[in-house]
Amino acid sequence: MAGESNARAARIGEVILALEGVSLAFGGVKALSDISFDVREHEVRAIIGPNGAGKSSMLNVINGLYHPQQGTIRYLGREYHDMDPHEVAVSGIARTFQGLALFRGMTVLDNIMSGRNLKMHTNILLQALRIGPALREEIAHREVVEGIIDFLEIQAYRRTPVGRLPYGLQKRVDLARALATEPRILLLDEPMAGMNLEEKQDMCRFILDVNDQFGTTIVLIEHDMSVVMDISDRVVVLDYGRKIGDGTPDEVRGNRAVIDAYLGVSH
Amino acid sequence: MLKKHWPVILLGIALLVGLALPLATGASAPGFYIEVLLGGLMTGVLYSLVAMGFALIFKASGVFNFAQGTMVLFAALAVARMAESMPLWVAILLAMGIMVVLAFLIERIVLRPLVNQEGVALLMATLGVTYFLDGLGQIVWGSDVYEINLGIGKEPVMILQNVFEGGILVNKEDFAAALVATALVAALAVFFQKTPTGRALRAVADDHQAAQSIGIPLNWIWVIVWSVAGFVALVAGVIWGSKLGVQFSLSQVALKALPVVILGGFTSVTGSIVGGLIIGVGEKMSEVFLGPILVKTFDLAGGGIENWFAYVLALLFLLVRPEGLFGEKLIDRV
Repeated sequence: MAGESNARAARIGEVILALEGVSLAFGGVKALSDISFDVREHEVRAIIGPNGAGKSSMLNVINGLYHPQQGTIRYLGREYHDMDPHEVAVSGIARTFQGLALFRGMTVLDNIMSGRNLKMHTNILLQALRIGPALREEIAHREVVEGIIDFLEIQAYRRTPVGRLPYGLQKRVDLARALATEPRILLLDEPMAGMNLEEKQDMCRFILDVNDQFGTTIVLIEHDMSVVMDISDRVVVLDYGRKIGDGTPDEVRGNRAVIDAYLGVSH
Repeated sequence: MLKKHWPVILLGIALLVGLALPLATGASAPGFYIEVLLGGLMTGVLYSLVAMGFALIFKASGVFNFAQGTMVLFAALAVARMAESMPLWVAILLAMGIMVVLAFLIERIVLRPLVNQEGVALLMATLGVTYFLDGLGQIVWGSDVYEINLGIGKEPVMILQNVFEGGILVNKEDFAAALVATALVAALAVFFQKTPTGRALRAVADDHQAAQSIGIPLNWIWVIVWSVAGFVALVAGVIWGSKLGVQFSLSQVALKALPVVILGGFTSVTGSIVGGLIIGVGEKMSEVFLGPILVKTFDLAGGGIENWFAYVLALLFLLVRPEGLFGEKLIDRV
């Protein structure tokens, strides 16, 4: 066990994403105040906190959906401002969603193939005719997607419309679609929410496998502390939009402010 | 099943009974009956085309595009006027180019600044686009009645004379139009179902945010959707324009497409096709067969069912099944 975690620790590389003094407000409501933390390459970084702590806002800021009023985000050494979610995706940051945000009208295969969209370069006319380069491209992408399907063990559901799958499998398709973009950083928004124990264990295993085999850096948010502590290398703790803790799971577990935030304390 | 889908089942039964009655009661000769049916189907195909333009844009961008009817007129005007000085096919290609440029401009000038605004703001914006296009069309192309000559005979031909007494009168141009429209619908279906771009369009229609997060650029998708809607408008405009002449009343066709999308469902392309056919056939049949009965029974001056049939049907559907035949049930979180 100790050997394994050492091996993983050795893989962790340089800082690839750094947030500096990020503040976000909606009108008069402060969602995030002066948050700074960094993410190192190949690590599993968790952001935890009770409901309403600003975890989702944090993810949406990185994802480009919200633009913070203050602070900077540096990704691969470059600062980025006002990037749209699709530009963020093109630059190599993918995400999954809390709850379900799959393309309901499509099959599992089409959902995952749509994740390859940003890698496709043939023009619409060739696509429509399904000839030459367009067809070769489609086949090449299909191979990548098949790899992901095998990896996440959803071979049996390729042609099933996603709406018919049970919740746990739908979350797996969501993960597959994000993986199809071949991200450097994968943002997971409460990947275990609403799952039963078995589904949670499966998801934990997949997250660690993705991290191990593809070397993908993982940033996940979760409000259930117990799940996170087992799989994360480092943990940021948020409460009421402020950072109250940052460190390894063990450090965070012993942090007084974190215990207060989770157990509640009379102020 | 019965509890959930009774409006659809009822509509189906009413349609079948309505279709069977004239034949069963011997009120109409089979040949004449088929003529009326074909006439209805052909009008229906044209309604479907305009309605498809609505559904495409509504699905992909959540905008109710009030300008769809005017786009039909604008495209038809462009083709009619340009065809005066060049071959028809060149004019059609050029007009397609104009519709694509238009899609670019609408995305840049109208949609992009209004992103994330209330639906009603976008509706008002497309109302503005309607008047702008109306005016632009008049300035550039003029406001007379123009004609588009597709080079297919307009004279009706008699077919199947040895099968039915009196044969069936059909219009060659109508037939060509129905063929083109069917081919277009099929081509669009392939485009949407089988190409990566089509997949991206469906992705955007299902979930904007998720689509963006996997790197699909919304703005580009909007340009494509509006171009496709422009293309559909162009086809409808050329067909309709060659039938009735290109004039300003052409934009009124859109008013007929409104009940079609209500019947078919705002978010469904299939719905707009089926809805268009139902309304096309329904209004023609009731005009020809039900009209005289109404006139006789109630001692009316005239029927005019053709003019109100679509709206009454749409109104009934709004009351009992607001999402239409194929639309998604709208459930809002409050």
